Amino acid sequence: MIKTDVLVIGAGPVGLFVVHQLGIIGLKAEVVDNLDKVGGQCIELYPDKPIYDIPGIPKCTGETLIKSLLEQIKPFKTNFHLNERVQAISKEKENWKITTNKNKIFITPNVIIAGGVGSFEPRKFSIKDIEKFENNSVFYSIKDKNYFKNKKVCIFGGGDSALDWAVELSEISEVTLVHRRNEFRGAEHSADVAKKLEKEGKLKIKTPFQIQSIEGKDKINSIILKKEDGKTEEIKTDFILGFFGLIMKLGPIAEWGLNLDKKKIPVDTENFQTNKKGIYAIGDICTYPGKLKLILSGFHEGALAARACFKLARPNEKYRFEFTTTSKNIQEKLGVKKSD
Amino acid sequence: MPKITYIEHNEKSHEIEVANGLSVMEGAVQNNISGIDADCGGSCACATCHVYVDEKWFSKLPKKESAEEDMLDMAYEPKKFSRLSCQITVEDSLDGLVVKMPSKQG
Repeated sequence: MIKTDVLVIGAGPVGLFVVHQLGIIGLKAEVVDNLDKVGGQCIELYPDKPIYDIPGIPKCTGETLIKSLLEQIKPFKTNFHLNERVQAISKEKENWKITTNKNKIFITPNVIIAGGVGSFEPRKFSIKDIEKFENNSVFYSIKDKNYFKNKKVCIFGGGDSALDWAVELSEISEVTLVHRRNEFRGAEHSADVAKKLEKEGKLKIKTPFQIQSIEGKDKINSIILKKEDGKTEEIKTDFILGFFGLIMKLGPIAEWGLNLDKKKIPVDTENFQTNKKGIYAIGDICTYPGKLKLILSGFHEGALAARACFKLARPNEKYRFEFTTTSKNIQEKLGVKKSD
Repeated sequence: MPKITYIEHNEKSHEIEVANGLSVMEGAVQNNISGIDADCGGSCACATCHVYVDEKWFSKLPKKESAEEDMLDMAYEPKKFSRLSCQITVEDSLDGLVVKMPSKQG
């Protein structure tokens, strides 16, 4: 069980900056994110795309912004609980009790949801009854490649994950790489390696094909592929692996009774509190009249939510507004030395 | 203003006037038409504003850029006339455009 002043859900740019805003007023935060790394959409959707509207930074990529934010919150030595998704929430006296999918429990008076559009999950095959084959014949990630040794494996997708795994597994498995068009969007070098292996007979490439159906009862026996013109082809296979990138799903937060409006959480713009005391929503996930889905708006929202957290985390203390330029108190928290 | 027809997967049809300069995605979202999620807000980064453009209209639209084609790899059930509606800008010449939504966005 972890007791903390604030639990922040989501380690995107807004989740990271609110840690800073909490830190300078002396509040300790723990951060949970379903991805295996911090950065949220900035890292997962557009790491290399330049952003032009961060105040004071004419141009930076998603990756640079996240690196800078991490640098900015370094003094607060924040714990990140990655690869972990919040599940249930309940009231425990004055506090909230939050349980994750790994059964970690947080006890805190304040929960800040900075969850973007939801947690990232793999995109799945779009065929009926696919779920019953999941984790036995159908996979969206690979934990142990030896599981596929000497087996027939069909890999779907055109990005780096699909290409890299096709190349790697071709050494120990009978691999067919299937993609909906002839061009691969992954690194040119990886696509060239795959094509070379195909020439050498070490790998099969099927384009432009998509999956139509699965044959088999408990395990897959074969799959039917179809072309755009309707032509089909049957392929015997033991496993199918889908690498179609990630999609955002709101997940269990949708069941927390926060009066969702079109998958967004309505908030009071005075402190970004939801309909529940001590639960706040900031960034893309919150909604209010005039809301803009901009990173800079999320930063402002976090600054106000952080001050509201103070009242519940330190009920017997009075919050005093201070500037980072002049406050010795804040500069001490940031570890600023006199010579800096 | 150009009229755009959005047809939901259940065949429910909406004819909407959309101002020039908006994207086909924004036309749907601003008018509360379901079936287009647009999770990333229109930056060609999520493939959840996927539509099937009516065959007659497909060739009249400005061509896809490679970033859009790449994102379509991740769309749910992409087909020959698939487009991302955030990448289609409404103009007078698109008056009468018909787009259909897939059964879901992912």
